[in-house]
Parts: sequence; structure tokens; C-alpha cells
Amino acid sequence: MQKPYLSLSLVNKSFQRGQIVSEVLKGISLDVAKGEYVSLIGHSGCGKSTLLNLIAGLIPITSGAVILEDKHVRGPGPDRAVVFQNHSLLPWLTVFENVKLAVDKVWRSENAPTRNARIMDCLNLVHMAHAKDKRPAEISGGMKQRVGIARALAMEPKVLLLDEPFGALDALTRAHLQDQVMQIHQALKNTVIMITHDVDEAVLLSDRIVMLTNGPAATIGEIHEVKLSRPRKRLELVTDLTYIRAREAVLKFLYERNKFVEAA
Amino acid sequence: MTNAMRKQNLLVATPITTLAVQQAKVLALPQRKLTRPAILKPALRRIAAVTLPPLAVLAVLLVIWQIAASQAGSSLPPPTQVFTDSRDLILHPFFDHGGNDKGLGFHILASLSRVAIGYSIAAIVGIALGSLVGQSVYFMRGFDPIFQVLRTVPPLAWLPISLAAFRDGQPSAIFVIFITAVWPVIINTAAGIRNIPQDYRNVARVLQLNPFEYFTKIMVPAAAPYIFTGLRIGVGLSWLAIVAAEMLIGGVGIGFFIWDAWNSSLISDIIVALVYVGLVGFVLDRIIAFIGHVVTRGTAVN
Ligand SMILES: Nc1ncnc2c1ncn2[C@@H]1O[C@H](COP(=O)(O)OP(=O)(O)OP(=O)(O)O)[C@@H](O)[C@H]1O
Ligand SMILES: [Mg+2]
Repeated sequence: MQKPYLSLSLVNKSFQRGQIVSEVLKGISLDVAKGEYVSLIGHSGCGKSTLLNLIAGLIPITSGAVILEDKHVRGPGPDRAVVFQNHSLLPWLTVFENVKLAVDKVWRSENAPTRNARIMDCLNLVHMAHAKDKRPAEISGGMKQRVGIARALAMEPKVLLLDEPFGALDALTRAHLQDQVMQIHQALKNTVIMITHDVDEAVLLSDRIVMLTNGPAATIGEIHEVKLSRPRKRLELVTDLTYIRAREAVLKFLYERNKFVEAA
Repeated sequence: MTNAMRKQNLLVATPITTLAVQQAKVLALPQRKLTRPAILKPALRRIAAVTLPPLAVLAVLLVIWQIAASQAGSSLPPPTQVFTDSRDLILHPFFDHGGNDKGLGFHILASLSRVAIGYSIAAIVGIALGSLVGQSVYFMRGFDPIFQVLRTVPPLAWLPISLAAFRDGQPSAIFVIFITAVWPVIINTAAGIRNIPQDYRNVARVLQLNPFEYFTKIMVPAAAPYIFTGLRIGVGLSWLAIVAAEMLIGGVGIGFFIWDAWNSSLISDIIVALVYVGLVGFVLDRIIAFIGHVVTRGTAVN
């Protein structure tokens, strides 16, 4: 196996409020190869977002290390772009300007026409160029999420972090966006870590599915490798044995061995 | 009101007429003629719907006033007498007979220039201080209680102390405007900044925006709706305060004009001046609201 691109070793995270310390993540170790698509799945409140935020550097690690390309992650940066669950586009900027904010900051050494081309490339990638002058309030939820993805891609991050990117969308839009993300991953070969609640989504998109146990002190319970060739076709997979087995493995983990319990 | 109702009916009837024209092409010509002005009418009707009710209420109030003030022994003049008494003031707002004997337009302009200076300083200081207090928990803890106490001090209570400090009427009046308008700007700006969603902060952190970029690209636009609420309250308060302050400091200004008219028992002049004050205050409020509407266009919808 090749040298890990992103590596988490024995990551612990606990939150402290006054005297009360709550341990959320415990002993998380994971190696991710360059270009790999990894999904994080687990019950609500187990600490998926927390883990993603640790990798993004948005919250500090209690102990352990996150290493990206031989460098310790010590804070947020554009090499680890995040697509947040609720798109988090700035409502006073147009679609174009939202992406421009990222491009102008990350690629400030380039000249204006090159940066403009970058913005349009990213918008084309998510098929949103037609709405470039609209404001977030004027486009649908799925379109907003696509712009959020475009903004993240514009940073050309080493790792793309997606926190339930399709969580708030209807099933049809969701499937459409999943196909787009697969195409983009195929074309750009980004390293992606995606949180999801949806078993089919995890199996369809990922190379590996990382399953988290229930909190408190959640850890990695099982990792399932999805050995399906790419490009993957949604319809053909329905009857594919590898697909069915992967689905079954995740479902068993979630609903037999780690049933959802209300946190005490 | 019956007039309005009839118009309402016409409005509803118009599309039906057009429909009939489209369906039955054999209809007589006069019917067809009716539809053309009907296209222009909705716009006129909308304007009428906005302007007619207040004009009607105004007319009723004027009539009541006229009747009440025409009784024997009434201490206030009726509207007709106000017009005859102060015809010069109403028709010639920009005369200048030297000294303080100027048209109302000049007095209003003098007051407006004081408000402009005091209010601009209040806006700048208010947004800066509000940002500081909204951004930092420690500044918040230190300043907020003091702001909460100071903002309840009535504007005019500041006048003696500022006269003592500045020893001149002009800067004192400007200071009173400033100190009146600054609190709502500070408090609303701080609230706006405290309410910036964590997501926007995270976007800024992932992009590694520096403090200046964060201030101009995230903080100010995100807090703009709150800031404009504060600015709008502030402009109203400063216009309230200027009239009272000018009564005390004298010189050219609408407040002094009213006080002077009272001393000369020119009640009609006072009434005319009040109408001016009200209209200008209304316009000021609308200007700030309009600027706010333009600036926060995208945000207000969300
Ligand atoms: N800032 C914080 N302070 C204290 N506790 C926190 C904080 N952030 C998260 N937690 C706790 O950590 C746990 C995990 O939260 P997290 O948001 O990571 O869950 P999640 O797996 O993303 O859930 P969901 O699927 O519902 O989004 C929760 O029990 C939550 O209460
Ligand atoms: Mg979450």
C-alpha cells in the first residue's frame, strides 16, 4: 500500500463546559490515500461533524494528530475545503461572487482573467454557469449545494470535506447531484471525505466506508472497502453482488450491532 | 370610499372583458375600446390607493381643526388663518432679511447641516464601537453595562455638560446629536455581529481571510440589516434632539425659529414650522430606509 496522504492517528476529542467533560471521539486512526473517496457513516450525534471539523482544523484536537502530506494540521486552510451541510453561501453575494471570494483569496497571485476563467470553470463543472448572477435566495436548495461544491473545488483543495452535502435535498435532486459528484471525482481525482446518513449514497460513491460506533466516545467500528469499478452506474449496481454485500454490511453494522440509542 | 370600491370592481372586471374579447371575436367595437385604457389604469389605481387614504384623513382632520379653532375664545388659529398669517413663510422658504430673519428653508438647512455632521460621526463611531463590542466577549462585558446606562440619558441632559466642555453652541448641538444617535447604532451593530452565523465565520476561516478582509467581506455585509435598523432609529432620534437643542442654543435653525416665534406669539408660524419639521423628519427616515434597502437587497430576502 502506498504512503498515506492524509493520516489520523489516535485522535481524541472531548468538549469541556465548566466541570463537565464530554468525550466525543476516542482513538480514531485512519489512513486515506490520495484520490480516495471515503464516507463516514454513523448515527446522529455520534461525532461525524466533529471529526470532519477536526480534519478541517476548525476545532482543535484534544490529543492525537492529523497529518496531511507530512504536515500537522493546526488550523483551517483552503487545502482542506469544506462543503457545509446548509450550503453556507453568503446571501449578499451572487453565485459568481461567492465563488470569486474563494478564488480571489486562494489564487491572488494570478491575474484577473485567469481567475475569472477559474470561476467559470468551477461553475461549469457543477452546471451552474447559467445562474451566475443570481443570489442564493433566488436558486433552489440543490443549486445552492452545487455552488457550495463549486466554491470548494475552486480552492483546488488537497482534501475535499463534505458534511452531508445532499442531506437537505429530495431524492431525485440527490441522485442527480451524486452523479455529478462522481463525474467530478472521476475527472479531477480529488481526495474526498464525505459524511452521510444514506447507506446507498455511501456505497455508490465511496472506495471505503468508515462506520463510527455510537457516542459518547465514538470510534471507528468497522471499515468496509467497496470494490466496485468506476465509473459506476446507479441502475446496473442494483443487482450487483458486491454492491448488495456492501449495503448489507453497512446496514448490519448500523441496525444490528450499533442500534441507535438516545444519548444518556 | 365608494369611489375606491367602484374602482376595485373595475379592476376585477377588466380581465373578464379581455377574455370575452379573445373568445368571441364577433363582439362589438366599443367593448374592444374599453380594454385599452384598462391596461393603463392599474398603475394609476395603485398610486391612488396609496395617496388617497392619507389625503382623505388629512382633509377630515383639517375640517375638524377648522371647526374647533373657529369657536369663539379659541387659543389656536384655524388652518385658514394659519395660511393668511404665514403666507410669506409658506410661499417663500428662502428669503433673507439679514440676522436670524430668514426663510424656513434656511433654518431647516442649518439644522440639517448640524444633524449631518453629528449623525455622520455617530454612524462611524457607532459602527466601529459596535463591531468591537460585538466581536469580543471582553469588550462586551466591559462596555455593554455602561452603554445601557448612558443610552437612557435624555438628549437634552447632555447639553449643559457639552456647553461647559465646548463653550460654544454649535459644537454642543452637534455633540448632542452625536450622543443621541450613537447608542442605537452601537447596540444594533453589536447585535448584528453577534448574530453572524458560525457557518460564515467558518467560511472565512477556511479561506484564511485576514481581519481586514473579514471585516469588509463578511462582518459588515452580514450585519448590514441590523446596522441599518440602528442607523434608522438614530436618524429619527437626532432629528428629535436637534429641535430641542436649538431652542436652547439659539442662532439659525428650525428649533430656534420655533422658540423665537413663540416669544413673538406667532402661533401660525410655529404651526407651519412644525409641518416642515415633520416632513423633513419623514424624508430623512425614508432616505436611510432606502439606502438600507438598496445595500441589503440580497440579505433581506433570506
Ligand atoms: N461545541 C461543542 N460543545 C460541546 N459538545 C459538542 C460540541 N459540538 C458537538 N458536541 C457534541 O458532540 C457530539 C457529536 O456531535 P456531532 O455534531 O459531531 O454529531 P454528528 O455525528 O455530526 O451528528 P449529526 O449526524 O446529527 O449531524 C454530540 O453529542 C454533541 O452534543
Ligand atoms: Mg453533523
